[in-house]
Amino acid sequence: MSLLELRDLHVTYRGERAAVPAVRGVNLSIEAGDTVGLAGESGCGKSTIAGAVLRLLPKETEVRGQILLDGEDVYEMKPGRLRAVRWTGAAIVFQGALHSLNPVKRIGWQIEEAVLLHSKMSPRAARERAQDLLDRVGIPGDRVDKYPHQMSGGQRQRVLIALALACDPQLLIADEPTTALDVMVQAQVLALLEELQREKGLALLFITHDLSVLTHTCKRLAVMYAGRIVEEGPSELVFTDPQHPYSRALAAAFPTIGDMSSRMHPEGLAGDPPDPADLPSGCPFHVRCAVAIPECATLDVALRDAGPGRRAACVHVGAAHV
Amino acid sequence: MRPRFVIGKLLGALSTIAFVVVFDFFLFRVVNGDPINSMFRGRNLTPAQLDRLRVKFNLDGSKWEQFVAYVRQLLHGDLGYSLKSSRPVATVISEAIWPTLLLVGTATLLAMIGIMIGYRAGWRRGSKFDAGATSMSMLTYSMPEFWIGMVALGVFAAGLGWFPVGGLNKPGSTETGFSRLLDQLHHMALPALVLGVAYIGEYMIVARSAMIDTSREDYLQLARAKGLRDAEVRKRHAQPNALLPVVSLSAINFGFVLSGAIAVESIFSWPGIGQQTQFAISGPDFPMLQGLFLLISAAVIVANLAADLLYGYLDPRVAGR
Amino acid sequence: MSQEVATSVPSPASIRWSRRLGSIADAWRSLRRDKLAMISLVVLVAFGVLAIITPWISDRDAIRAVNTADNPTWAHPSGSFLLGTDYLGRSVALQILWGARVSLFVGLMATLLTIVIGTVVGVVAGFFGGWTDAILMRITDWFLVIPFLPLAIVLASVLSRSLWTIVFVIGITSWPFTARLLRSQVLSVRQRLYVDRARALGAGRTQIIGRHILPNVTPLILASTTLTVPIAILTETTLSFLGLGDPTEVSWGVILNEAREKGAVGRNAWWYYLPPGVAIVLVVLSFTLLGRALESVLDPRLRER
Repeated sequence: MSLLELRDLHVTYRGERAAVPAVRGVNLSIEAGDTVGLAGESGCGKSTIAGAVLRLLPKETEVRGQILLDGEDVYEMKPGRLRAVRWTGAAIVFQGALHSLNPVKRIGWQIEEAVLLHSKMSPRAARERAQDLLDRVGIPGDRVDKYPHQMSGGQRQRVLIALALACDPQLLIADEPTTALDVMVQAQVLALLEELQREKGLALLFITHDLSVLTHTCKRLAVMYAGRIVEEGPSELVFTDPQHPYSRALAAAFPTIGDMSSRMHPEGLAGDPPDPADLPSGCPFHVRCAVAIPECATLDVALRDAGPGRRAACVHVGAAHV
Repeated sequence: MRPRFVIGKLLGALSTIAFVVVFDFFLFRVVNGDPINSMFRGRNLTPAQLDRLRVKFNLDGSKWEQFVAYVRQLLHGDLGYSLKSSRPVATVISEAIWPTLLLVGTATLLAMIGIMIGYRAGWRRGSKFDAGATSMSMLTYSMPEFWIGMVALGVFAAGLGWFPVGGLNKPGSTETGFSRLLDQLHHMALPALVLGVAYIGEYMIVARSAMIDTSREDYLQLARAKGLRDAEVRKRHAQPNALLPVVSLSAINFGFVLSGAIAVESIFSWPGIGQQTQFAISGPDFPMLQGLFLLISAAVIVANLAADLLYGYLDPRVAGR
Repeated sequence: MSQEVATSVPSPASIRWSRRLGSIADAWRSLRRDKLAMISLVVLVAFGVLAIITPWISDRDAIRAVNTADNPTWAHPSGSFLLGTDYLGRSVALQILWGARVSLFVGLMATLLTIVIGTVVGVVAGFFGGWTDAILMRITDWFLVIPFLPLAIVLASVLSRSLWTIVFVIGITSWPFTARLLRSQVLSVRQRLYVDRARALGAGRTQIIGRHILPNVTPLILASTTLTVPIAILTETTLSFLGLGDPTEVSWGVILNEAREKGAVGRNAWWYYLPPGVAIVLVVLSFTLLGRALESVLDPRLRER
């Protein structure tokens, strides 16, 4: 049984005027200890999935399909069970901007709160645990009484990681954890995440728009576009030999350091990410696609086999010519 | 809180009070060149008598000399003499302060219920509770507080007879101790309620606004993800943050409640600062007005100071911690 | 393909104006959707019309005490006196009509004064910055701390009693709020890049103020004005109630003052003290609702409130 399984997940936001389909039929499974990356531009639905797993989406949001956490459907859980499972079954590492931490509470308190909520520890034991967690992420334990605004961006991100580990979750969902950080700090935080994942055998769902980050941290990679997964497979292969035109463009947008050819031809992708409320007909990518054929405007392609353990949703996949 | 923060705020308050003192003085002297003349017009006084009055009322000498004398008197707690009663202004004021503090204090506490209502309304924006609370607040905000008083008197005192029509004690009452206290409370009920209702809307609207802003913050999402109940998220995470603008408002509001007390005390014949102001206006009793203005302004400045310090205590980002 | 050459190119000024008219039309359309705002507008127009036509439908002398000696005093509402009479036999309804003129006039004039002073101070402080800003803001802060009713009372007592005094007093005590508001708006507009670009293109200061800052600030001024009027009216009412108004004029506050002094409450003469208050509430509430609607229409960020 998978640790996390998304079965034909559809998430539609109820906007003021129209319904906005953010996720349109996603299937994904993560086993214990798995590391899976979810890549895509803004608006593709990846952050929605993070919210959906712990049922954090706004009340009016329509969710169809199943989200099974350790076999239990998150959307069928009673409120009490849901609150118990939150943070203990799966925890989220949010973006570490100043806004993710409560500015008027000490960081130690914020970690202790999670610990006390889900265990029977005494306040003193909880405080010790908070200090241990901070130590583990590289923040001296005596900082436990500091306020978020007194710390740097990188430190705040580590606090969020410590916080996420507070109740020993089996699944860690990292939602753009390094996006707001400088490159050097990014590398440190990524290294920390990898270390912790190995050490505790955590399953990791790493959500980001930065493809290059995922190839190292995750074994498997799924690329999302317009609410659907358009390609998935082993991360190295998806990055070096993408099968879907969008993955190709995404991979090409990040030049490989040391590779002279990519230095001379930086590639971008024309056009804007599609508006989820107003998607193009047929394959939603065809408008920006370099290899689109007339059928693409009317044919909406499902994921097709593209090699061992690989799938891609393109009309050219599995065909003789590309 | 860093000492620098506290001292900074204290100095700020003192300098503002100083400004008020100067302003107060010049307002009365500059606008009304020779008050003695206008105050005692129509009475047959010799120039010598007028001069003596000038000395008594501190109106001789150049403006600067007058100011210096004024400040010296002020530092001795001397605010001059009331034109109406010839009693020292400071004495009249000190007698009138307690009833006003009692009234305004109680009314402010009542009005602060608006904070809780505002929080709930802002947390569930658009709900029926919110719509109801907002409508009520707008309605009471549109009513002059003394009119609320008149209507309340008309209905509950003159009409139903549940409450007395005014004053602090029953006229001619000789009660003492507990029953006297009860009587005073009975007399205070209606004016305090009126004043409270008049200002509950302000607190409600600001608290609601603050809560709406706070409810958009990301750390609430994190709090919910931890597994906290909705009410816990609201109380432990949202409210402490939403409190901050409310504290700032409370100081400003104190000025309004105090001002509102002027008209309300008048209606209910409540023997406080407000009633004295009403008497002073009808004089016009300039020394009284001058003293009252100084007192009320100083009170508001002190309230602002208290609010600033409280804010510094509640928000770690501000006080340099 | 042949191309039609336009026979005349619209000037930049006319493009600007047609754009502005377009956005005004848009704003009006959004406003129309707000039912409460529309009701408020109707109420205000009704009051305004009544106030204006009052001299044509009634005689000012009709409420002079000297002429009403024959009328019954403290009369209940009836056919001949729609809202009854007061202690001198004067018609309450007529007093309310005539009082509307004064209350609305003072409210609007005082608001005008407030907005003009507040806007000038706010825009100058926000635009020029530096010492000008610092000095102006210090002054503003001082005024903000002094509670404004006591200040108004004090000013009104030392000056002569007249309508213009009241207008002046309200204006002098209320401008700081507007100044603060406008200054922060000007600051945020200034921060926007296009002002720097305009300056790089050689635009002079007046041009920048006129073309960039003012158009962005005007919606705020409009909304602020609509929200200041009710405060001005309430202040005038309170000042009149305390006896600081013009003794020769009737305003709603004056009516309430007389009602109280002559014991209307004790006599249960509800027709005397209720209607003026109701009128005040209607006008103040309408301005407030309209002002909030304007705010949310003109500033999309506030729409969610």
